[in-house]
Amino acid sequence: MTEALAANALLYLDDVKVSFDGFKALKGLSLTIEPGEMRAIIGPNGAGKTTMMDCITGKTRPDEGEVLFEGGTIDLTRLDEATIAELGIGRKFQKPTVFESHTVEDNLYLALKSDRGPFATLFHRLSGTEAARIDELLATIKLTERRGDLAKNLSHGQKQWLEIGMLLAQEPKLLLVDEPVAGMTDAETMETAALLRRIHASGKSVVVVEHDMAFVRELGVKVTVLHEGGVLSEGSIDHVANDPRVIEVYLGR
Amino acid sequence: MHATVRRLARSALLILALLTALPVLTTVARAQDISGALAKLTTDSYADTVEAIGQLAASGHPRAAAIVQGIQDGKLEFDAASKTVALRTAAGLVDAAKGEALASPPAGLSPVRANNRVRGVLAAAMGSLTLMSPDPAKRREAAEAVYKSRDAGALATLEAAIPKEADTRVRAAFDAARAAIVLYKTDATEDARVAASEVLKARGDQDAVATLRGLPGDTPKRVRDAAEGAAKAIETSLAMWASVQNAVYGVSLGSVLLLAAIGLAITFGVMGIINMAHGEMVMLGAYTTFVVQEVIRTHAPGLFDWSLAIAIPLAFLVSGAVGVAIERTIIRFLYGRPLETLLATWGLSLILQQTVRTIFGANNREVGAPSWMSGSFEFGNLTMTWGRLWIVVFAMAVFVGLIMILKKTPAGLQMRAVTQNRAMASAMGIRTPFVDALTFGLGCGIAGIAGVALSQIDNVSPNLGQSYIIDSFMVVVFGGVGNLWGTLVGALTLGVVNKFLEPFAGAVLGKILVLVFIILFIQKRPRGLFALKGRAVDA
Amino acid sequence: MITHFLMNGLDARVRIALVVIVAIAILVPASNLLLPPSSPFHVPTYLVTLFGKYATYAVLALALDLVWGYCGILSLGHGAFFALGGYAMGMYLMRQIGTRGVYGNPILPDFMVFLNWKELPWYWYGFDHFAFAMVMVVLVPGILAFVFGWFAFRSRVTGVYLSIITQALTYALLLAFFRNDMGFGGNNGLTDFKDIVGFNVQAQGTRASLFALSCLLVAAGLVLTAAIVNSKLGKVLIAIRDAESRTRFIGYRVATYKTFVFTVSAMLAGLAGALYVPQVGIINPSEFSPGNSIEAVIWVAVGGRGTLVGAIVGAVAVNWGKTWFTGVLPSFWLFALGGLFVLVTLFLPKGIVGTWSEWRAKRRAAPPADATPAPAE
Repeated sequence: MTEALAANALLYLDDVKVSFDGFKALKGLSLTIEPGEMRAIIGPNGAGKTTMMDCITGKTRPDEGEVLFEGGTIDLTRLDEATIAELGIGRKFQKPTVFESHTVEDNLYLALKSDRGPFATLFHRLSGTEAARIDELLATIKLTERRGDLAKNLSHGQKQWLEIGMLLAQEPKLLLVDEPVAGMTDAETMETAALLRRIHASGKSVVVVEHDMAFVRELGVKVTVLHEGGVLSEGSIDHVANDPRVIEVYLGR
Repeated sequence: MHATVRRLARSALLILALLTALPVLTTVARAQDISGALAKLTTDSYADTVEAIGQLAASGHPRAAAIVQGIQDGKLEFDAASKTVALRTAAGLVDAAKGEALASPPAGLSPVRANNRVRGVLAAAMGSLTLMSPDPAKRREAAEAVYKSRDAGALATLEAAIPKEADTRVRAAFDAARAAIVLYKTDATEDARVAASEVLKARGDQDAVATLRGLPGDTPKRVRDAAEGAAKAIETSLAMWASVQNAVYGVSLGSVLLLAAIGLAITFGVMGIINMAHGEMVMLGAYTTFVVQEVIRTHAPGLFDWSLAIAIPLAFLVSGAVGVAIERTIIRFLYGRPLETLLATWGLSLILQQTVRTIFGANNREVGAPSWMSGSFEFGNLTMTWGRLWIVVFAMAVFVGLIMILKKTPAGLQMRAVTQNRAMASAMGIRTPFVDALTFGLGCGIAGIAGVALSQIDNVSPNLGQSYIIDSFMVVVFGGVGNLWGTLVGALTLGVVNKFLEPFAGAVLGKILVLVFIILFIQKRPRGLFALKGRAVDA
Repeated sequence: MITHFLMNGLDARVRIALVVIVAIAILVPASNLLLPPSSPFHVPTYLVTLFGKYATYAVLALALDLVWGYCGILSLGHGAFFALGGYAMGMYLMRQIGTRGVYGNPILPDFMVFLNWKELPWYWYGFDHFAFAMVMVVLVPGILAFVFGWFAFRSRVTGVYLSIITQALTYALLLAFFRNDMGFGGNNGLTDFKDIVGFNVQAQGTRASLFALSCLLVAAGLVLTAAIVNSKLGKVLIAIRDAESRTRFIGYRVATYKTFVFTVSAMLAGLAGALYVPQVGIINPSEFSPGNSIEAVIWVAVGGRGTLVGAIVGAVAVNWGKTWFTGVLPSFWLFALGGLFVLVTLFLPKGIVGTWSEWRAKRRAAPPADATPAPAE
């Protein structure tokens, strides 16, 4: 049964438990992401959203449970962050983290899919295809004009986009996007939603963690509600919005 | 209630004192009478001389030893006619019995002669005379000499002296000496010799092992086995004492480390500030002690025993004030930049060292120990100086005091609040800059107090602090940053481990091994033994 | 590939610095050897040696800047790698003494004869060959740095923790080299050198050549470090410095990169130590003292970390100041040095070169800066 479920999934979490010094951050979380799916995950603070991402990307080792990738063939709990990133899982942090003392262009250059070994990197030369790919990405995230500027001089929203651009540059199979529209204007929020939909349309799986209900509605995808380290409800936005348990713990307050 | 107990105790002591004094009184009474023995020395007969020596040896007279020694050296002279016995000394002739110079020495003095028989008796008499000496230290010394020589001639005297001996330590020495003689006495019964090896076991030192192992090959097997068993038992107990000693000395070293590191546990552990000038705060405390003692020496020598008690609060204030000044002028501009703080405080440490060097000179300064801290005491096979013991006590007191300050006082509460959540503490009306300065000052002040204690065991020089800074960081990092109990356990562990390594590896290599161990340990547990969750002191 | 890699780092500032360094490497020895002592342009031999010492310090500063300025690893133990390189060179020089030592033993150095050692310890084998010694000069610091770095970086020991354990490392080595049993001359270290590759170390010509070599090492070190920091790997290093976990999440193995750059830096420091020893004529355990390593950090801070030329400028400037102070006001040197630590961290965090280039960039960008206001932080 488990094998069958995992075999069809891109990402498969089963009964994942994590505790820190007695505090149970995840209490048996189970989640399945199909290949090519976009999923929104919502939940109040402390629901375990970030811990879940940490478990998927190798930052935190679960105490119990399975975290499997690509049809159950890869056990993510045994791998480190860099290996998981190379396997094709990209992650955007809650607080935008870009390389502030590099230019926008260099941020993308570093993120481009390539051999990550130190000697390959040492003697690496920017190829024509890579340059073209960077131009393309710059256009996608609307930062072509600022390509030569240092990343620290970007606005908050631009940094968020740059980080999404870096995610794309890695050419991942799965994107984990943590609060992509925090601190954005409404117009920027809508543009970001459109950008994520375009990414999804290009065949990538996307997991978006967000607080902003308008944004989640705009995405128009299946929603999972987390609460106290487990899944509370799952379904369309209208389904979860009408779930009395969800209303009680989250939406109603 | 207490008064009654105390009075009773005093009466008991008095009775005890009287009882011990009684035998002394009888000895004094009997000792008056050596005239008969002296008379025998004037007859120029070997038989009489032998008898006289016996009487002298048993007399306990204060001059007896000198007279017997005189016969041995051929310096005792007599005049048969006037019954005079006189001792020829460098200063001239003296009356043998009184030890005073002879006013009119008789003309026909001749030395008391000795043949082999007399000489044999003389030697035994000399041994027993010192065994009978009124000075316990001399008696013990004589017993040790007999123990080493295993001279069977001293056996009779020893056996006579043993029941009379009141001093327990001298008594033990007598017993051991007797046992050594009996063990090697071929004509003693096997039972007696086996019993003797048991007595030697009680002596329990390396000498006893040598004596027990030195039995000749033709010794009966039962005696040899008993001796070997006793020797093994001693070695086991010696090994145990060696471990106890390592542990005790380790705790002592650990206390020193704790004192040096505990202030750092606050500045680095609680605040996350790398204070490379921490060692210099210790050094300032030591120099404060020096200045206090200088002032006392010149103005109020009677207060010298109080010098450390006076120095402790002053050292706290001096180092604490310097700490607050450093925090206000430099460190507060560098919060969140730990590597820069490290460099700036290193620079400060150079400045402080050079300042002290300019004022007090580069040489070591003499800091004296008050009377209650000098000397040493023994516990079992251990010798421990009072100074070391007080430092252990003091380190624990400082540790407990600091825990109390942090846990029980309003200031401590504010410090912890600011450490845990600066923004929230600030929002609740705590003046965070003030608390920062206070916390840093507290850490530095504690370092100053440590300096008072360390001035007792280390050279007070401008480089004093440097020798502690790396060790202190090791203790805090090993114990776990942000946890005072971790610092305590870390300091004691490192102290004890160091002392246990020393016998095998030597002091320097032991220290290197400890450093390497910590370097490897940090790889395994980057947050130390007792890591606190949620505190990040990373760059 | 290599040529492109090396040329890639040569921006304008590095090129100017290279020209200056090579010019000094030629002109100073030439004036020392060719001009008569009476000439106003004659550089006396003692100054040549002094400048040669500064040059080796500059290489150490470059090595430190590579790890600290570009990868955020504040090593307080780089003096250890410098000293290890120095000891390797010292061992070669000891073996060259041959029978000219006080005890005239053809194999054993004097201190071993003095300690009644009967034969050469195994780790002294091969040091009579110059080539072998030169390999050891880079290999010994390199291996130590690799092992240490591999352990430390894999366990993610970072920031001040790393600084403290690097300090403990050099302190442990200091204690170890003080021991006579180690077979490195104990407290006295290695000294009384006679020849280096057949030339008398005291001779004017040798000293001038050593100076020229030291300058060329600075130049080579600058080309190498500039090439590294301007390569894609250099960008990864800066990325690690600024956002370590971000770098990890886009797939770079941070520990591997840190170990790589730490090892390269240690090898460069070892080379610097190897050229330092024949010029000062002695290597002893005090070179391992933690104070030396921290002093090297301040050279980099003064010059400007993250600017390679700054490391060179800082090393030369601070040491020139040290020479001047210890000659004129010896007791004030520690005040000056201590003050430098405090003032630079508080008021000049970018160092001389960093502040200067920032000022120039501002002046150049001044007119357009009015049009586009600086973004709010």
